[in-house]
Amino acid sequence: MLTADTMRDLYDDVVTARYYEERLQEEYLEGKQPAFDISAGPIPGELHLAAGHEAAGAGVCAHLRDDDTVTAPHRPHHVAIAKGVDLEKMTAEIFGRETGLCSGKGGHMHLYDPDVNFACSGIIAQGCPPAVGAGLAAKKRNTDAVAVSYLGEGAIDQGGFFESLNFAAVHDLPVVFVVEDNDWAISMPQERVTDVENAADRAGGFDLPGERVEFDDVCAVYEAAEDAVGRARSGNGPTLLSVQVHRRMGHFMGDAEAYRPDEDVERAQNLDCIPRLEDDLRQAGVSDDELMEIREAAEQRVDDAIEWAKDQPEPAPEATYEDVFSNPPQGRPMAAEQGGDE
Amino acid sequence: MSQQASEREVTMSRAMVDAIATEMRENDEVFYMGEDVADYGGIFDSTQGLLDEFGHDRVMDVPISETAYIGAATGAAMEGMRPIAELMFTDFLGVCFDQIYNAMAKHTYMSGGQVSVPMVLTTAVGGTYNDAAQHSQTLYGTFAHLPGMKVVVPSNARDAKGLMHAAIRDDDPVVYMFHKRLMGLGWMPAPEGPKTAVPEEDYEVPIGEAEVKREGADVSIVTLGLHVHRALAAAETLADDGVDAEVIDLRSLVPLDREAILDSVRKTGRLVVVDEDYHSFGLTGEISALATERAWDDLEAPPERVASPDVPIPYSRPLEQEFLADSEDIADAANRVTE
Repeated sequence: MLTADTMRDLYDDVVTARYYEERLQEEYLEGKQPAFDISAGPIPGELHLAAGHEAAGAGVCAHLRDDDTVTAPHRPHHVAIAKGVDLEKMTAEIFGRETGLCSGKGGHMHLYDPDVNFACSGIIAQGCPPAVGAGLAAKKRNTDAVAVSYLGEGAIDQGGFFESLNFAAVHDLPVVFVVEDNDWAISMPQERVTDVENAADRAGGFDLPGERVEFDDVCAVYEAAEDAVGRARSGNGPTLLSVQVHRRMGHFMGDAEAYRPDEDVERAQNLDCIPRLEDDLRQAGVSDDELMEIREAAEQRVDDAIEWAKDQPEPAPEATYEDVFSNPPQGRPMAAEQGGDE
Repeated sequence: MSQQASEREVTMSRAMVDAIATEMRENDEVFYMGEDVADYGGIFDSTQGLLDEFGHDRVMDVPISETAYIGAATGAAMEGMRPIAELMFTDFLGVCFDQIYNAMAKHTYMSGGQVSVPMVLTTAVGGTYNDAAQHSQTLYGTFAHLPGMKVVVPSNARDAKGLMHAAIRDDDPVVYMFHKRLMGLGWMPAPEGPKTAVPEEDYEVPIGEAEVKREGADVSIVTLGLHVHRALAAAETLADDGVDAEVIDLRSLVPLDREAILDSVRKTGRLVVVDEDYHSFGLTGEISALATERAWDDLEAPPERVASPDVPIPYSRPLEQEFLADSEDIADAANRVTE
């Protein structure tokens, strides 16, 4: 059993992430109801929420330091929160504001926080090779930093994933691949696209350990990740970890999930990592009042971040042309001169 | 073209699906593969309703393995079947690019013409809804630049259906690029225009024939996809200012209807090329070069190019609005060449 302090920290992460998703959902739907119009409302673009995935974010990232690298997929918020990404700047980015993590250029699928070595991307399995690269850099520099790549169970059929497992294994790189298995790749249930039930079985054939955490139990994820991250940090190579999580919402906001049986939606709602962790905390002697305190503090932090973000200015149109290069060539990009302003 | 009063107006996605369904009914060798195309019906409604009629064997949901299923479509096509494979967002091209430009596009040539690859690669293109750098690209130029694949881009329902019939029947690989904003999705309202009358019966829009969407005497605006509608809106504004713009919808990039472009430029003496793809090394450069090489004596002003800047597509609204050309940008360019 984990210590009460460890569980309190995990609880803080998961309730922060859950409340954050609930608040983002509210904000996102503003102006998009009753008829859903993706172009309306305060949050631009698509939004993929991670409610139901929190155990995978908190349980793994609890073992990471700022100098460890995380690459997350298109559903990144809970991992970002657990990794310690600046909550205010992340929120401002999601709202498309100038003071956002990426000056409004990245958006919710493309969050970067170099202070804690966090990145994410919108292409399935794209984060696997860069995590291998971070592991390679750590090995070459002889540091004990590790890299963690998160991906969904739908991504385990992607070539980049297979190639990354092989490369990391061959070079004994300090990488942990974390599959967040929520059973659904948009409309595709896992059994219709993958002939292994357990994503960790993909480790077979690459000579690396594969482990499955069957339930989205934060404490069990924490313990499995302790082994995997410890193995990586001590120079013993990569691990593939698969964590059962649950998709409590559609693939993206606006997804009516017509393809998904009602029983499955219900099942995902009932299998919730938060009440499970609360039971564990109570058993460890933590009172309901204390849980309430942690939750309220988390909610306050989220509300403050959202309020702050909404007050931030939008970027100036001219900023479109900045940041294409770190060492910009002379002159402006050609089309910036459209409109005859040269 | 005269339209029967009884002809129904349909969305572009409906028109595409009509053509696919007809071809599937008539030819058992036609099948559709892609991510979320069966039970979901296509994220952009590109296969809505096909599963009910044809079942999972012919409307196949696939693993997220673009290299495998697009390569598999190529292989099935080389066996003589007529697969349609959908790449959900054109931005995902990078994942499976080798199978597209080294396999699908080149087998015919490399085999000395012994092999053909009669497949269609459909893919959604375009921005305008703040989906940022990895989900908003247009990439017309990328596909059109690499030889061996035909490339079509419908701007309305009538062409969407006719081009789909032509694409499926073509013995070569055809890349069929549809703009999300034109599909008629409930959650992404389309501009006026793409929803048109569409005949019930099947018909082909020949691959490689541009269409004059609006005749004019003063300037040729050459474009495709979403920007056909923006160019037509610009032409209305220009007309108010006494500039008579001709609007050409390319409809096909490969083959490119060079004669239609040159005919128009020779008539008007002025050219504006409009592209949602990146500015450099793309469509606008190609068509401007064509006009200067072959209609130099008729040109009364250097061609103007309106395209996306050479910048990854930004997320935030004011940035994306700056990035994407609108009707005003097109009208401004037309005014500059006619000054």
